[in-house]
Amino acid sequence: MGRLKVSLLTGRTVNQGKWKELGKFSREYMESVAVCQMDPQDMKELGLKEGRNVRVTTRFGYIVVKAEKSKRGPHPGTVFIPYGPWANIVVNPETDGTGMPSLKGIEATVEPTEEPVMSLEEILTRHYGNERLRGERRDA
Amino acid sequence: MRRVSAVVCPVCGCCCDDLEVIVDDNAIVDVMNACALGASKFLNYNKHRQRKPMVRRGGRLVEASLEEAVRRSAEILVEASYPILYGWSSTSCEAIEVGLELAEEVGGVIDNTSTICHGPSILAVQDVGISGCTLGQIRHRADLIIYWGCNPWSAHPRHMERYTALTEGRFQRSLWRRLILRLHADSMRKKMLRAAELSLIKRILERIKTRRVREAPYTLWEKERKVVVIDIRRTRTADLADHFIQVKPGKDYEVLQALRALIRDEELDVDEVGGVPVETLEELADLMIGCRLGIIFFGLGLTMSEGKLRNVDAAISLTRDLNRYTKFLIMPMRGHFNVTGANVVFTWQTGYPYAVDFSQGYPRYNPGETSVVDILLRGDSDAALVIASDPVATFPKAAVENLVKNPLIVITPDVTPTSLVADVVLPSTFVGIETSGTTYRMDHVPLPLKKVVEPPEGCIPDEELLKMILREVRAIKKEATLSTVHVEA
Repeated sequence: MGRLKVSLLTGRTVNQGKWKELGKFSREYMESVAVCQMDPQDMKELGLKEGRNVRVTTRFGYIVVKAEKSKRGPHPGTVFIPYGPWANIVVNPETDGTGMPSLKGIEATVEPTEEPVMSLEEILTRHYGNERLRGERRDA
Repeated sequence: MRRVSAVVCPVCGCCCDDLEVIVDDNAIVDVMNACALGASKFLNYNKHRQRKPMVRRGGRLVEASLEEAVRRSAEILVEASYPILYGWSSTSCEAIEVGLELAEEVGGVIDNTSTICHGPSILAVQDVGISGCTLGQIRHRADLIIYWGCNPWSAHPRHMERYTALTEGRFQRSLWRRLILRLHADSMRKKMLRAAELSLIKRILERIKTRRVREAPYTLWEKERKVVVIDIRRTRTADLADHFIQVKPGKDYEVLQALRALIRDEELDVDEVGGVPVETLEELADLMIGCRLGIIFFGLGLTMSEGKLRNVDAAISLTRDLNRYTKFLIMPMRGHFNVTGANVVFTWQTGYPYAVDFSQGYPRYNPGETSVVDILLRGDSDAALVIASDPVATFPKAAVENLVKNPLIVITPDVTPTSLVADVVLPSTFVGIETSGTTYRMDHVPLPLKKVVEPPEGCIPDEELLKMILREVRAIKKEATLSTVHVEA
């Protein structure tokens, strides 16, 4: 199984907007946000089938999400992950002195993986450290 | 059962004010005229409520009295030397006003969500100005509508229907008929293609395929308004447009500057700019000059990609150049329903629209330094108050890591990733559903948000919660001053 160099875009989708109103811990929200929309040709190249997990890696981290065939193609070399806690792990936080991080057009690689997609609770625990929250320092 | 009409939608910057909400026994059972996002909010807002004040004890968030939670919040803010107060775009202008007073009182940095949305647009506007208008002008008069780096179909689903191409204006017709005809033609073509494929008539197949490539010329509907979508991928909005121009990622600046050159009748010595053939750009330049009233709506495709504020600067400059030949306008597609209001209230109170630093005792503004993401990346802040926002789900990881390191107060009507990692959580109400207030539409038109149902017991409006914290902060500071005077005496 190969690895593909891509440009990562993040953005809004109608389902992301719709299901965040149902609650960010809902299954619907996770299913609409923890996905990577890919060009069908790119998926073929990686031997990927829709619904399989992919590992998206940038120089800021990596995240596992589900691969989805893009209905907005063709856009070879470009993948799209809707805004959300999953995409935020891999986006570029640098603001170049403007206050605005770079959330579109980030260099990334995509590869098939057997790793599972993390739930939002797991992201909070693993990435934002529950142990930090347990310190006496922060007690009321 | 009662029907509440003319409800302003508290979701996106369109602030559609024609919603009808059906209420039965203080519960919303149906909503009419809303888009998928609006309907989802009205029908689901109560499913994940934060109903009780909470305080972190022994590492766990536990229920507490309102007095305790407010007192703890005030203590955190007073003890901090550089607190940040972030959010504000999904609450009312009245609450924002109190928030600014609180930020000044505690000497903190107050910032709203435009910092990771249209912040660069504001910087560009401060550099080069903007020729703006209200959406009513566009609805009735605009004959060329350009969506650049934005996807209203997904982010502002009723924008086209209410304000641009798909609305019936006084001087401009809706494009519904044309769109339906085109959809019919597309579906016919697909059917023919399938039939030709099955019957293996290669000659017909080729002819249909070539016809598909050829786009209909602009002149075909000379008297009707036209829609052009410019983006790095073919979005659903692009499917509705008369013409879609695909730009290479990060090349919007080049394309905008090329258009500026073409409008000045200069020749370009290249075949393509940013992946767009010069011929297409020439056609677009002609179309822009030839229209009677044109508008560019731009989105985060310009503000978040390479170039950021310089992209917006180029788009505004293009608009300015076009005004030598015709009337042309430009407007950012604002996201949250009151992000414009947050900018407006911030500006009238402090002189600056976002990223305002009160740590010196007076308002200071330097995005890149006093903007929340930069403060968090540097690890400068030592506490935070988050209201009507969810930065743990919306900020890049490196910023969130530093946000959760320090004491965190969250004022929220629902359970969010940010409220779960907070130290104090105060339950508030949904503005525009359970509390009335003022919001600003993306074109700076103020609209009244309605109270449609009563909030659950224990949930208090943002404005009141902020006033309580402010009173407590002042009381703590007074106590501290008195004890200092006492010691000195």
